[in-house]
Amino acid sequence: MYLNVEKRKTQEKCDITFPWFGMDIGGTLVKLVYFEPKDITAEEEQEEVENLKSIRRYLTSNTAYGKTGIRDVHLELQDLTLCGRTGNLHFIRFPTHDLPAFLQMGRNKHFSSLHTTLCATGGGAYKFEADFRTMADLQLHKLDELDCLIRGVLYIDSVVSSGPSECYYFENPTDPDRCIQRPYTLENPYPLLLVNIGSGVSILAVYSESNYKRVTGTSLGGGTFLGLCCLLTGCSTFEEALEMASQGESTRVDKLVRDIYGGDYERFGLPGWAVASSFGNMMSKDKRESVSKEDLARATLVTITNNIGSITRMCALNENIERVVFVGNFLRVNTLSMKLLAYAMDYWSKGQLKALFLQHEGYFGAVGALLELLHPS
Amino acid sequence: WMLIGRRGARTGHTMDKSITLPPDEIFRNLENAKRFAIDIGGSLTKLAYYSTVQHKVAKVRSFDHTTKATGDNLYEISVQEEVTARLHFIKFENAYIETCLDFVKDHLVNTETKVIKATGGGAHKFKELIERKLGLKVDKEDEMTCLIKGCNFVLRNIPHEAFVYAKHADSEFRFQTTQPDIFPYLLVNIGSGVSIVKVESEDKFERIGGSSIGGGTFWGLGALLTKTKRFDELLQLASKGQHTSVDMLVKDIYGGSYGSLGLTGDLIASSFGKSATADKEFSKEDMAKSLLHMISNDIGQLACLYAKLHNLSRVYFGGFFIRGHPVTMHTITYSINFFTKGEVQALFLRHEGYLGAIGAFLKGAEEDNPNQYSWGENYAGSSGLMSVSPDMNPMQRARSGTFDMLEMDRLEGKLVNLPLLQDASSYIPDTVDLTEDAHAREYWLYCFEEALDGVVKRAVASQPDMPEAAERAEKFRQKYRHKLQTLRHQPFAYGSLTVRSLLDTREHCLNEFNFPDPYSKIKQRENDMALKYYQKAVKCLDELSWEERQYALVRGVLAGNVFDWGAKAVSDVLESDPEFGFEQAKRQLEERPWLVDSYDQWFERLKGPPHKCAMFFVDNSGVDIILGVMPFVRELLSRGTEVVLASNSGPALNDVTNGELQILTESIAAMDPVIQAGLREDRLTLVQSGSSSPCLDLSRLDKVLAMVVRERKTDLVIIEGMGRAIHTNYYAMLRCESLKMAVIKNSWLADRLGGKLFSVVFKYEVPAPSQHSAALTPS
Repeated sequence: MYLNVEKRKTQEKCDITFPWFGMDIGGTLVKLVYFEPKDITAEEEQEEVENLKSIRRYLTSNTAYGKTGIRDVHLELQDLTLCGRTGNLHFIRFPTHDLPAFLQMGRNKHFSSLHTTLCATGGGAYKFEADFRTMADLQLHKLDELDCLIRGVLYIDSVVSSGPSECYYFENPTDPDRCIQRPYTLENPYPLLLVNIGSGVSILAVYSESNYKRVTGTSLGGGTFLGLCCLLTGCSTFEEALEMASQGESTRVDKLVRDIYGGDYERFGLPGWAVASSFGNMMSKDKRESVSKEDLARATLVTITNNIGSITRMCALNENIERVVFVGNFLRVNTLSMKLLAYAMDYWSKGQLKALFLQHEGYFGAVGALLELLHPS
Repeated sequence: WMLIGRRGARTGHTMDKSITLPPDEIFRNLENAKRFAIDIGGSLTKLAYYSTVQHKVAKVRSFDHTTKATGDNLYEISVQEEVTARLHFIKFENAYIETCLDFVKDHLVNTETKVIKATGGGAHKFKELIERKLGLKVDKEDEMTCLIKGCNFVLRNIPHEAFVYAKHADSEFRFQTTQPDIFPYLLVNIGSGVSIVKVESEDKFERIGGSSIGGGTFWGLGALLTKTKRFDELLQLASKGQHTSVDMLVKDIYGGSYGSLGLTGDLIASSFGKSATADKEFSKEDMAKSLLHMISNDIGQLACLYAKLHNLSRVYFGGFFIRGHPVTMHTITYSINFFTKGEVQALFLRHEGYLGAIGAFLKGAEEDNPNQYSWGENYAGSSGLMSVSPDMNPMQRARSGTFDMLEMDRLEGKLVNLPLLQDASSYIPDTVDLTEDAHAREYWLYCFEEALDGVVKRAVASQPDMPEAAERAEKFRQKYRHKLQTLRHQPFAYGSLTVRSLLDTREHCLNEFNFPDPYSKIKQRENDMALKYYQKAVKCLDELSWEERQYALVRGVLAGNVFDWGAKAVSDVLESDPEFGFEQAKRQLEERPWLVDSYDQWFERLKGPPHKCAMFFVDNSGVDIILGVMPFVRELLSRGTEVVLASNSGPALNDVTNGELQILTESIAAMDPVIQAGLREDRLTLVQSGSSSPCLDLSRLDKVLAMVVRERKTDLVIIEGMGRAIHTNYYAMLRCESLKMAVIKNSWLADRLGGKLFSVVFKYEVPAPSQHSAALTPS
């Protein structure tokens, strides 16, 4: 995808001590990438301290940690050469509110005795810096989240060669029956619009690895979807909310153009199926009483997703960019939103805009942080 | 009126037929009504109609000297019926629609009308009801087209229509001056959804975008979250809430600000981000507030993106989400400021709620060519902008239960800018904005209240043959006093509050109760009296040396201007001492140097070549026009300068009207060969200003006047009197020489300007040389 600078760099041997971590502490989730070396020599094995072994074993032999930590096994990148070492890259996440438990574990496992630098990005790197120091005796190396995000995206796309393509799009996005996921090769990616949907949303215009700007952002993001779903349906997790959304019908909640005009609003080229007012039907008491929690979850998802689509489309027009890459954990297991975004980009731009997605959705910031550990920029 | 305000009558969807509508306040002039239009929204109905108003007007007419005994008077005054056109707009809750339709049906005499133009989301729902009740065919018009048509109409015809909302400023509402060119602009209409429309000309507009997150989202989602049904109540909740307990802020993620991006800690990173939990309760207020922020910010952001893409800087916001609600105006303004860093201002409209009805009406009235005329807001018949802010004015909270009205009068022809304004787009007629100056506001409101007794007395006296005059005058008193009270609480009700608007409101109220010209008899008497001294005055002046004469002429204009029934200090003297004469007035004048004194420059100028043409905006009848202005005009004519006398089209206080001035000029011409020659040779002409105000708005003048200014290559503008040269136009910059002359006949104002009672303002200004051809300006 790009000049392979990162790839070349990663093949040169370096003497950074293990363990290699990259961390991204967001508003809702902590994303952690861990490089597990597979080329450890016997000599090395003997020298390896017990603490290090125990951490490696703990992380690689489990797929769940504590009550809420999860390793996304399907995302694991095997036989990766990083900094002259070969190994597997693991992707782990847990809720930000469980960070104290994580720090406690680090303390119990005497993580600080390994004298490693912990590269961290995301707002939490700043907010919890003192906690890392006092609770786990760890010094954080704080990194800008957008720098890390872009570095991570470019790196992962360049190293993934086997298995499902890192980058993909939806073919025939406006035809639900023929809409299928297709691999996409980002050969000459610039300029591109990078839309990171976490708790909130940041929209970046990227012109090269080092030349980018944050165009705008919106507070209506993944956190809004989950927050509203919790209030409206009583659910408590993203998975639950998505599951409900998948079973609901948003048209019972939203007021469509056809609900107002009986059909298309031809004067302005608005199709009857378009949403005229999100939650507009909920102005009526009768309708409020007749909708299900699933309908409400679905409407919330559609509202948030379409809004991100609108703002993105306007930014693409203002910046004169035709390719949009959507990332962030809001899209995790969220094919509904991805297809909606693909549809919205295609339909409202009359085919001018292409929505692209990446397999490692939410982990790019953490990957960028890891790269910073190995190759300070 | 009050009957309708009963709170118990409001029961959602059901129609309330028990209310009776007092006919003299609402649906006025129905018996002359034609051309109806209706705009039915989600909760409010707006009814529009066109009526002809029978006005009593005082007409002056020369006596026919050959057939009639003339007595002492130069002209006769007769009160005649004049028919003018008026637009009525009434807004009420949908619950009253049936009652209102019944009322209209019962009072509709003229049934020539066969159709009613209808727009708005509810037009479909009520179609059958309207057709059955009124016997008119409902003709549906496109909502957006009506909205834009209405928007263009108010922007063009109502000064101070648009405003910027600033919650924490001294005055919440900062009104915008009317732009000569209103296009292009962006209209963001926030109904249940959002439509973003780019308007490029009267007929060219395009919906360039929109959003489904709008007022319906606030209402629908708000109702689900808070179990609060009504939109207004949701806004109430929101205004009391704290969004920070529900929203995830930048500082919640970063612990502080995100410095490298310039995102402050208080910025919302994720709306409702903190409510992503099952085990915490959130207050209704906080959730409503968070929702309001979420939606306002989102709309503001989209509006900015569209404004940027289409390179537009004027963005108006309307729709039921806005509709005068301070909370939503504030959050939208905040959002626009945030996203454009102040490059784009969020503009709101005073009559936003009426746009659809106005547009639908205009669609149906195309054959009357309403756009060929200028229209003016009638302050007497219009409710004005009310604040619904609970903390600002608790009294007005019941507004939604009452009827809101807007009336507009058709003005004579189309009003235009004075072509000589240096910069028409930045011209502000009024010297002091009383909305922003609390001290001045207090004084003038008090002053007008104090003067009310006198005005009532004079109004009654002006109609000695009409026994019910006293009763009508009393109604006038109540109405005007009520207006003053409203303005005390809501100075922004009719745009920027100014001395001019207070005077105009009084004139409108007097007209409303058929006191078209309370000063007609006084003016007549004073004109007759002054005419007797004209020749003597001219003779005295002619005996002076050229140098002395120039000074005496200026003093004459100033002394004449002391005769003013509009100024309290003078009307007291005039009333107590009718012998108060011209000579005495001269003695009363301040000695030079005057408070503002550029007489020396003026005098030097007079030694130079004559002006090509002088436009003289005159003030009072009697001594002022006859013994002050006319000799001055005579001198200008003698110098070879053409003179155009601009006087009011209609009566205001004791100001001379165009009709009166015609007769006066003719009779002076009979005595004075210079004036006579001027008239004969067309070097002296009379034009009407297009105004019926004691003040002067140089951006709304009669089209003929503007044409004369151009044709005659006017190079001197003279503005006389406190109303026209002090309260207004004191800072007006012209592209030619100008002379502003007035005597300060109000001690408070004199004090404020650093002078005393009867201080003189003599302001002679020459524009910077590059602005105008140097040929006729002094070297």
